[in-house]
Amino acid sequence: MSDATTPSTPSLMSRLIDTGAHQKLLAFASLILLLIGFSVASPNFMQMSNMIAILQATSVNGVLAVAATLVIITGGIDLSVGTLMTFCAVIAGVVLTYAGMPLIFGVIAAIGAGAFCGLCSGAFVAKMKIPPFIATLGMMLILKGLSLVISGTRPIYFNDTPGFDLISRGSLIGKVIPGLQIPNGVLILFLVAITASYVLNRTVLGRYTFALGSNEESVRLSGVNTDRWKMAIYALAGGICGIAGLLIASRLNSAQPALGLGYELEAIAAVVIGGTSLSGGRGSIMGTLIGALIMAVLINGLRVLSVAQEWQTVVTGAIIILAVYADMVRRKSA
Amino acid sequence: MLNRRTLLGALSAATLLATAPASFAQETLYVPLISKGFQHQFWQAVKAGADQAAEEFGVRITFEGPDSETMVDRQIDMLAAALAKKPTAIGFAALDSQAAIPLLRQAKEMGIPVIAFDSGVDSDIPLSTASTDNVAAAALAADKMAGLIGGSGKVAVVAHDQTSRTGIDRRDGFLDQIAANYPNIEVVTVQYGAGDQLQSTELTKAILIANPDLKGIFGTNEGSAIGVVNGVREMAKTDIIIIGYDSGAAQKDAVRSGLMAGAITQNPVGIGYETVKAAISASKGMAVPAMIDTGFYYYDATNIDDPAIAAVLYD
Repeated sequence: MSDATTPSTPSLMSRLIDTGAHQKLLAFASLILLLIGFSVASPNFMQMSNMIAILQATSVNGVLAVAATLVIITGGIDLSVGTLMTFCAVIAGVVLTYAGMPLIFGVIAAIGAGAFCGLCSGAFVAKMKIPPFIATLGMMLILKGLSLVISGTRPIYFNDTPGFDLISRGSLIGKVIPGLQIPNGVLILFLVAITASYVLNRTVLGRYTFALGSNEESVRLSGVNTDRWKMAIYALAGGICGIAGLLIASRLNSAQPALGLGYELEAIAAVVIGGTSLSGGRGSIMGTLIGALIMAVLINGLRVLSVAQEWQTVVTGAIIILAVYADMVRRKSA
Repeated sequence: MLNRRTLLGALSAATLLATAPASFAQETLYVPLISKGFQHQFWQAVKAGADQAAEEFGVRITFEGPDSETMVDRQIDMLAAALAKKPTAIGFAALDSQAAIPLLRQAKEMGIPVIAFDSGVDSDIPLSTASTDNVAAAALAADKMAGLIGGSGKVAVVAHDQTSRTGIDRRDGFLDQIAANYPNIEVVTVQYGAGDQLQSTELTKAILIANPDLKGIFGTNEGSAIGVVNGVREMAKTDIIIIGYDSGAAQKDAVRSGLMAGAITQNPVGIGYETVKAAISASKGMAVPAMIDTGFYYYDATNIDDPAIAAVLYD
């Protein structure tokens, strides 16, 4: 997971690397500070089972945030990540529980459905020139409705698919290292993050993702088929939402068709805390991962300290504003 | 220069200072309640009952619930955080029973008694369930509706959802009672408004447009009932019998003014109180009943100010 780069002059590139590294260091330091603070405040915070609970709580939001990061770097926004996740979970439920097919088909169907819906959003944005906010807002509602229609407005349970709950709840790491029962959901989050980071920083698709966010017009004028690359990145983000759908369905052992609204904002919050710019062209998956962890640690820590729920929400909101403000101040002075 | 580290540091330090005393009070009994919701007045009334029991029995409680009743995974995270605190016992109102099973098993292994409240948990781990008999309560609503419309005609139901236990029980309790005892009453439709006032308002207007000869509507929770009242008012109908569920300031006003014929009220304060009481008993190894029926009442303009009724209504 390396830094944000753009295909641009070396001086600009090196500057971006510097700010990127600095930003991540700050975010990481904040995370460590939060961990230390909560550990000092409550003896119950720093224990293995609670750390695993935090990671488990991060897994779904983290994967969604990775998907949101990709789209945001292109200068777009994806409001449909939450309901797309639900839609993919419902598709998995239809394939596995209603049709009774083997596990692997459910996995393929969920990720495939996610990629297809992402491709549709991408086409709305790139081909039909609908602003990303509107296109994905429409998609968010379409998918929320379709999830309810397809599921018959009932949760679909996965009791007939042995092994489905292990996708998120099982622990491969725990089998290799007994005592370290890190759930597979967390492992999958890290795999998704590493893959997305590789795509962003080491492939043509990644280079164009940053370039689209920095200056789409100049990329297009230099003869690149920007529409195609944009659709590809939305499709990739959609496929990642499909993985999130599998994770949440596995964790709940059910596809909950009414769930999903509001999750897009938490994903976007993790992205901006991680230092990705909402105006596009700048950002990193590593930052997003840390952003998602900061949110999960904060909420869990406040709960373990028994802070009243209304104040938990206030603190979370304040943290988002402070994080982005600090980032702005630092970048202006840099 | 301000940077994120100092800001975050200052903020977390402030939080820690503000809450440190609570976290060291581990010697008193501690019972977290994980609810289905938090900001609705109904849940605040449950919390008030739990607070009352906490004071009476000298235990410490916390009360948390997700922002929306669809956020099943958020509720699971709350349960996990509550278990990390190694509580004396836990009160739990499951949004989805299956999703919570692994954590409930963990609670059992840790020897932490679990008391279910409000809608129950489909599992044998909770030692007791403190809730309203929603089927019987909705059947009472059906009886009252039948009486008020004269035993015949068309009625409709605006329900809060079709997946939760309370949604299903209230709908079916009403429908089954009508079907079994009132052959001349036809339930023309059951619509679902997610307990959202605005959605329920729109639904009600659509039902009234589709059925100009409708005589009555049953709203199955606070938001649904207010929505029905709004919809009927916006359509300028005056002859629709409305029966609601739960209370809240708006619903109480509607009952007082006669817009709403009456409503079923649960005893949310009692639910909170009995949950904490049962949790304490269970943690001391005492036997607790498997079901604690916390009761329900029908109220209308004539008895809304009776002390027994007023005590279970909330604003």
